[in-house]
Amino acid sequence: MSQATLRVQKISGHAGTVPGEDTQREFTVCKLIDTTTCIGCKACEVACMEWNDLPFGETVFNNTYQTMPETRWNYWNLILFNEHEQDGSLMWLMRKNQCMHCAEPGCLAACPADGAIVQYTNGIVDFQQANCIGCGYCITGCPFDIPKMNPKTHRVFKCTLCTDRVSEGLEPACIKSCPTGCLHFGSKDDMLDLAGKRAKQLREHSNFPNAGVYDPPGVGGTGVIYVLHDASNPEIYGGLPRNPQVPWSVKLWKGPLKWLGNVAMVGGLIGLFVHYLRYGPKAREEEDINPAPTTGPGGGRR
Amino acid sequence: MSHPEQIIPHGHVLRYNLRERLTHWVAAISYIYLLLTGLAFWSPWLFWVAVILGGAPVSRMLHPWAGLIFFCSAWYMYVMWAQQMRFTDVDKQWWKAVKYYSTNQDEKMPPAGRYNAGQKFLFWGFFWAAVALLVTGVILWFPESIPWNLRFLRYFAVLIHPAAALFTIGLFLIHVYMGVFAERGAFGSVIRGDVSIAFAKRYHPGWYKEIVGESSSPRK
Repeated sequence: MSQATLRVQKISGHAGTVPGEDTQREFTVCKLIDTTTCIGCKACEVACMEWNDLPFGETVFNNTYQTMPETRWNYWNLILFNEHEQDGSLMWLMRKNQCMHCAEPGCLAACPADGAIVQYTNGIVDFQQANCIGCGYCITGCPFDIPKMNPKTHRVFKCTLCTDRVSEGLEPACIKSCPTGCLHFGSKDDMLDLAGKRAKQLREHSNFPNAGVYDPPGVGGTGVIYVLHDASNPEIYGGLPRNPQVPWSVKLWKGPLKWLGNVAMVGGLIGLFVHYLRYGPKAREEEDINPAPTTGPGGGRR
Repeated sequence: MSHPEQIIPHGHVLRYNLRERLTHWVAAISYIYLLLTGLAFWSPWLFWVAVILGGAPVSRMLHPWAGLIFFCSAWYMYVMWAQQMRFTDVDKQWWKAVKYYSTNQDEKMPPAGRYNAGQKFLFWGFFWAAVALLVTGVILWFPESIPWNLRFLRYFAVLIHPAAALFTIGLFLIHVYMGVFAERGAFGSVIRGDVSIAFAKRYHPGWYKEIVGESSSPRK
């Protein structure tokens, strides 16, 4: 939430221009998560809570490693454990789940509050709780089920990609804590390059013919990308959507409906005004009290 | 069947009793609050409206409650008026002749009852829009409580709620225009309750005949 040296290229619910657009020459930052080398140690979860000073929440125990079913307003970074059977063998899939920092964020498109959601020129999508009005439209706009409401303050929270660290030239806390090197941080180009090489290695040397990189184009690509053993089947990684999109109804609402509605409202006002100038009142009240002799049909041009 | 009790001195007729007037203004005031705060959430260019009305978080908090008040008043209108709002054969003729009505050639209109076909359309339009706004509004009130596998409800609500609201804005503009500007005397009638006999004869001749007992038709 510290904005330090970051400038803004997209603002939610904002009328007029965006001050930071095209003012900065900066890399788009990116987190690379290699699910094939994650061991599920949850160090990234702890680091996230520590760095962001998040209060502890209740955990659940149902005889699995999944002691928290989903991210929460105060738990932004969660490893999803999935037992997947394929060709008679078990794969224990672990995926670190958090905000994907979409290039075209659905949360930001749906948000009506000026400045409650911003996208910095380095690509980080950040919630500004001071400007949040608690409507929860971002929850509807997000295709990844990430923004979560604090029920007490009615403000929405999610991963900031450690904006305060990144703006000071540091890597996010989760990256720093990872003991296996499955997490990487750098420019989007570098991360895509690295991810591509790793996926190629998996395909050619590790018998994962479907290994690939998850960087969904439906949301303009993401600031968090995955290397998956089986990129053709992302759903097995705890419901990672195959082709995430900003919901069509949000697009329709913020696109054509908005224009249609604005034109109809302004057109209606102008139309009624012109109608009044042309036809005027049907009859005047004083005529009702002191009826004047009829002067012909009321539709006469005035 | 005449209603002489509705004829009041100095050439006036009682059009809306106190209960009807109160219900109208509860609906009107809650609707205007909903309209202003809703428009603030609709367009960034109107976000300042919410700031004037006590801040956007407050507007977000109170908009659903105002919506409940509006829906209750719309429901009570249904209880009071649904019978009188049924479309009749005269209303069909009235719709066909609506171009004369909109060009102030009221003498060419078939005799409307207590409510003309346009008013009946307004009533049913507002009533069903209020139902749609309530259903979608409850979903938008607690979006965080809608489970992920029922998210289509939210997708449905974010589209239907503004669409239904836009429909009511169209009705509202015409209603205010007719009541305040076009039909002089109508605005006073929903405040004081009465209209002049000339008003009643001009716009609602069927209704006037009922009151003075010249017609046996039910009060429609």
